[in-house]
Amino acid sequence: MTDHAPEPTPAIELRGIVKRFPGVVANDGVNLTVLPGTIHAIVGENGSGKSTLMKTLYGAHRPDEGDIVLGGETVSFKSPRDAIARGIGMVFQHFMLADNLTVWENIVLGHEPGSAALLNRREARRSLRELGFRYGLRIDPEEYVSELGVGDKQRVEILKVLYRGARIVILDEPTAVLVPQEVNELFTSLRKLTTEGVTIIFISHKLDEVLAVADAITVIREGRTVGEVRPGDVTARDLAQMMVGRELPRPVPRTDRPSEEVALMLDDVSVAGVSDKAALDHVSIRVHKGEVVGVAGVEGNGQTELLDAIMGLRPLLSGSIELTHHRLDSMSTRERRDAGIGYIPEDRQKDGVVLAAPLWENVMLGHQDSKPFSVRGFVDRIAARNQTRRIITDYDVRTPSTDVAAIALSGGNQQKLIVGREMTAGPAVLIAAHPTRGVDVGAQAAIWDYIRSARTNGLAVLLISADLEELLALSDTLLVMLRGCVVATLDPVKVTIGELGAYMTGAASGGEAA
Amino acid sequence: MKRIGTGLVAPAIAVGVAVVVSSLALLLSGHSAIAAFRAMADYVTTTDSLVTILNKGAPLYVVSLGVAIGFKMKLFNIGADGQYRLGALIAAASAPAFSLPRPVHIVAIMLIAMVAGGTWAAIPGVLKVARGVNEVVSTIMLNFIATGLSAYLLATYFRNRRVVDGIETKSVPKSGLLPSLNGFVENFGIHLRRNTTLQGFLPVAIAVGILFYVIVSRTRFGYDLRMTGLNPAAARSSGVNSSAMIIRTIILSGALAGLAAMGFLLTDYNKYSDGFPLGLAFTGIGVALLGRNHPGGIAVAAFVWASIEQASGGLLNERIPTEISKILQGTLLISAVVSFEIVRRRNLTKSIKQAAAQSHATLSPAGATS
Repeated sequence: MTDHAPEPTPAIELRGIVKRFPGVVANDGVNLTVLPGTIHAIVGENGSGKSTLMKTLYGAHRPDEGDIVLGGETVSFKSPRDAIARGIGMVFQHFMLADNLTVWENIVLGHEPGSAALLNRREARRSLRELGFRYGLRIDPEEYVSELGVGDKQRVEILKVLYRGARIVILDEPTAVLVPQEVNELFTSLRKLTTEGVTIIFISHKLDEVLAVADAITVIREGRTVGEVRPGDVTARDLAQMMVGRELPRPVPRTDRPSEEVALMLDDVSVAGVSDKAALDHVSIRVHKGEVVGVAGVEGNGQTELLDAIMGLRPLLSGSIELTHHRLDSMSTRERRDAGIGYIPEDRQKDGVVLAAPLWENVMLGHQDSKPFSVRGFVDRIAARNQTRRIITDYDVRTPSTDVAAIALSGGNQQKLIVGREMTAGPAVLIAAHPTRGVDVGAQAAIWDYIRSARTNGLAVLLISADLEELLALSDTLLVMLRGCVVATLDPVKVTIGELGAYMTGAASGGEAA
Repeated sequence: MKRIGTGLVAPAIAVGVAVVVSSLALLLSGHSAIAAFRAMADYVTTTDSLVTILNKGAPLYVVSLGVAIGFKMKLFNIGADGQYRLGALIAAASAPAFSLPRPVHIVAIMLIAMVAGGTWAAIPGVLKVARGVNEVVSTIMLNFIATGLSAYLLATYFRNRRVVDGIETKSVPKSGLLPSLNGFVENFGIHLRRNTTLQGFLPVAIAVGILFYVIVSRTRFGYDLRMTGLNPAAARSSGVNSSAMIIRTIILSGALAGLAAMGFLLTDYNKYSDGFPLGLAFTGIGVALLGRNHPGGIAVAAFVWASIEQASGGLLNERIPTEISKILQGTLLISAVVSFEIVRRRNLTKSIKQAAAQSHATLSPAGATS
């Protein structure tokens, strides 16, 4: 690739791509032009057709209409193998690495240097070191993948793709699994890659990240290209509007005040961690009736343990938890639920839904021994289906019926079902972890509205979220967690994102702005 | 209706594959497949054969239900054999020790068998909950212990000393035996030959099947059980006490294994001896799989299994090796498991597409107008 071309031929051109699935047009005339050596972001809501488009480009399926043009030449891929041969590599959101192999073994797997019978280990290590040096992706080839952190694993994935000779690298939501520091490292690596002539396609819906890293941005909505913009010309708000096609909801400033009555009280709660360090270290939190207490923090700073402690899924080392003056500590999870705790878990597919079970059984989950779902130990299927129908309507869950398995729904729709289930049960306290994770912007606004109106009606909410916008939009009080401690109590009206970031990373301490 | 229609696709494929494979085996061994199947069909369709199938199928059904209730929770009780043995032995040993009016005596003996089987099953349950011991390993190992223990107990404490030419317990008194159903079916104009007995365990098995359905599909306990099987973490978050569920389920499973033995003890084998029918506990694992852990499916599976077993008798007359029935059973089981899985995946893909279409259908008009 020449460094100095007067009129660069686009590395990739997609023209009028149409891809239909039975009953759905996933891509309906998508155009995309990516210049070589640039980072090109593709943004769009969940279900807008980003993944379908990338699968087309990666050869996982063939488009029904339209052309794929690589470096001026029209190509047709029968399988990902063809795409790899053409220098297109994809890094998936979920890593595909063998934990019990070393870094270099993982990278050469399937493309081993040497003869058919003998693996040339020295050559493998050498070319790997050279590759890492050239692209600024430093990693010890001898390390076992199981020993690596998430950021390192991602680097291995990128190296794997480069090792196979990719000049175009597609990254599907690469930052979803990373902590902020790792995101910065990733972006530095990506820029280094582009200076080496590699072209990057970056799929995301985190708009601020896209604006920070991309050279050009293509917005997709409902399977069509909405437009291509330069990051310098637009704000995150503009992008969001292009994605959604309508105005973003502005957080409404609150007029009423929360009650003085304490609904949930954690007093000096500690939970054991994996090593001798406590995962939750003498945490005290009060949530009043009608109040939303937001918990900000980089993931892995005790949020999971906090949720488990409240739900009775993990034993307490010390301290006590009270729900409107009833001690919860000795209660089982079931008793806590019945006492009026609603729970939106962090990981919906692991803890929130039973994927193989029909929706109506999922709606019962966590409420299976209370009305209307069961009467004297027997399940009332009719009532459960009726309740499910109500939630489907009220929370706009897109599903053909109440009897499909939850796995048939998209993640966003599963989440809406969970939120609907917990809100409809009429809890006294709602423990909500990432309530809008993975849902589209429209549904996010609806969920926020539900939480706001329930709060106005006296619901106490403990909100744990990685989405700062969500925390600022909903919280009456904002706590920051760092290394298992609450390190700051802030007023969300006055705090800036910058300040919040400083507390979250430990750059500032002792905030008492509320 | 449509659901039942598509539900029959998988078993139809399985039967087809099993017939083809066993036909090939027959041809390779130099026999006529048509003659073999005709001989089997002729033999199995007599009234006597049907009675035998029902008599043997009923205990097999109950033991399979026991295995299935564990499977529903991803709890693999491979120890039904030991639970069955000890249930049979202890019930047999204690039955002659007391005398009660007939129905009460029968129920009492059955309860003893269930308690014995359930207690034996509780051991791997407690080990799993308290120490994290994998129940597959512990139940298999407990089978060996149960074999040794029952042989020892039979030879020492429970042996009927008056019998010198065999090692057996005392006989269950008449008041403890299940009545034959010959008189009952007489009402429907079915006359059985004098030496053919339709045993009274069949209604017990049917009742257990219905109870299984109600408990698993209609009660909250069953709901908790199924959800724990499908997603243990979500069940725990929803407030299910997983340890308690494991203990309860494995005890139920063992109790059914113990109860299954009563299908023989309280009918034609009225004592426990070294000739007592064993091995059906292992068969029950296959039958539960074949029946997809559903009481209706298992009923069909147990019937089919016992039928093939019985039909092999017809092969003897034709001088065809009876092992062909084992090939039939084996291929049926494997192809059923595979074809059920294929059909399940296809249905899943279909419903995912439907849900996606739904999502798009409601999305487009709104998107077009706003």
